[in-house]
Amino acid sequence: MSVSLSRTFYLLAGLFALAVPLLGIYPVFMMKLLCFAMFACAFNLLLGFSGMLSFGHAAFFGAAGYVTGWLASVHGWGTLPAILAGTAASALLGLLIGAIAIRRRGIYFAMITMALAQLVYFVCLEAPFTGGENGLQGVPRGTLLGLVPLKSDVAMYYLVLAAFVAVFVFIRRVVHSPFGQVLKAIRENEPRAISLGYEIDRYKLVAFVLSATLAGLAGSLKALVLGFATLSDVLQANSGEVILMTLVGGTGTFFGPVAGAAIVVTLQEYLSDLVGGWVTVIIGAVFVACVLLFRRGIVGELAALRRRR
Amino acid sequence: MTQLFGIPVAVILGQLMLGLVNGSFYAMLSLGLAVIFGLMRVVNFAHGAFYALGAFAALLGLQKLGIGYWPALVLAPLAVGALGILVERLLLRHLYQLDPLYGLLLTFGLALMVEGSLHQLFGSSGESYPVPAQLQGVFNLGFMILPIYRAWVILASIIVCFSTWFVIERTRLGATLRAATENAPLLQAFGVNVPLLVAATYGGGVALAALAGVLSAPVILVNSDMGSSLVVVVFAVVVIGGMGSILGSIVSGLALGMIEGLTKVAYPEASNIVVFVIMALVLILRPAGLFGRE
Repeated sequence: MSVSLSRTFYLLAGLFALAVPLLGIYPVFMMKLLCFAMFACAFNLLLGFSGMLSFGHAAFFGAAGYVTGWLASVHGWGTLPAILAGTAASALLGLLIGAIAIRRRGIYFAMITMALAQLVYFVCLEAPFTGGENGLQGVPRGTLLGLVPLKSDVAMYYLVLAAFVAVFVFIRRVVHSPFGQVLKAIRENEPRAISLGYEIDRYKLVAFVLSATLAGLAGSLKALVLGFATLSDVLQANSGEVILMTLVGGTGTFFGPVAGAAIVVTLQEYLSDLVGGWVTVIIGAVFVACVLLFRRGIVGELAALRRRR
Repeated sequence: MTQLFGIPVAVILGQLMLGLVNGSFYAMLSLGLAVIFGLMRVVNFAHGAFYALGAFAALLGLQKLGIGYWPALVLAPLAVGALGILVERLLLRHLYQLDPLYGLLLTFGLALMVEGSLHQLFGSSGESYPVPAQLQGVFNLGFMILPIYRAWVILASIIVCFSTWFVIERTRLGATLRAATENAPLLQAFGVNVPLLVAATYGGGVALAALAGVLSAPVILVNSDMGSSLVVVVFAVVVIGGMGSILGSIVSGLALGMIEGLTKVAYPEASNIVVFVIMALVLILRPAGLFGRE
């Protein structure tokens, strides 16, 4: 996208996002969408910009939701401290899982992250503070800094929107920073990056932890928005969905994961009324179609189309 | 009664035996994964789905067509293997020039489609499959009562695993397969139909999964989720064993099943996660896997 066009696009998207409560769009739906968009952007930082396919990102998203939900509901923590604690917990989890997973690359990396995420799932299933099969219900949104009550969907929406914009801008900054350029070099040609003297394991680990942290922020916010944290967030299926969102939208593009999240969340929301449980089958078919027919994703294909003209 | 660390030896031996049954399934599934990966560089995420399809094929064959256990043991893998060949020819074939990650993603989508359909068509409660008449009853081993069917599962899986190993490592067909793994274009230049070989390999690997599915049908409840929970454990087994190695996947499958059994005695809460913990330890100490070369 040329600079002026992309500016216009972001301006329009920003105006739309700000006006959502006025347009009569159900704010909880938009918040859920933004949380998943944030999740997909965080995931894309790892897959698109560092070349690592994690098949276990639900662990970070879900665990952060549990920590935030537990602190807010059982211990009465304030909104911000609970969000920060949830995010920090997934950063720590990211450090642990990342340190093990980066010892292998490619498909092995994918399988290892998947297996470790399954471990997190079983811990969440059996740990005393997660409520087992029922999850944590009735998580209060609290009051932002003791001033703004977040019970109102509109106030909560703007908080989520602010967090999303911050994450989006932060990821752009990271990718365009010298650090991001090294990540790109590692993605393109790992042996060469090593021969240039970069300690690639350190770079990979930092990228992994960053991605896990941002995924955690998304999970924390989602738990507050919906008022519950359940096992479905830590499930393998959720790890698969975030891959699908990124893939449909466009891996390695900035706006792709957002578009992908919007499409997948909307599909799930509306299709599940129409076709019930067949949604899983449809999601699977979209996956297959994506891999076979448009691997660059929607935003990626559009960008390629513009370049060709 | 004799005790070991305060636990009766009989209980330990009993759980070891049950662990060996689970290990038999791990071994058969990770073997199929290893065969497919060795030749095609595809991590077959749909392996669990094909395993479930095998069990459902046996169940439906019995309920709708009156096909018994013994014919099903042959027919279900054949049917699922044929489906696998179709999948390879229609879908997977287009991905060989790309990053192997795309194969993983495609088969993940496939698994969602198959398991989602099974869930919609047959519900989530699960159905039991009767133990065949010839294998009913129990062995009394003194330290435990072992149902004959479970002993048969262990025996059958060991036979299947080692004949697969034998075919691949000791026969002319296996030599051709290994040659295709090393250098497919050269093998094709010698006049071997490599695409056919690849399709047959995928079909064969998938048929192994279906066979495991039929064998498991009388031991577990046949349901749409039976494969998806298993496939992650099998992935961990494969990472532990090192994916390139046939013998490695058999040995680690059986061993991890037994370790899981032992954990059930010592610390039941951890029995679900012990395989993953071992995987993490192996990766820290020996990143290439126990039998892997890198």
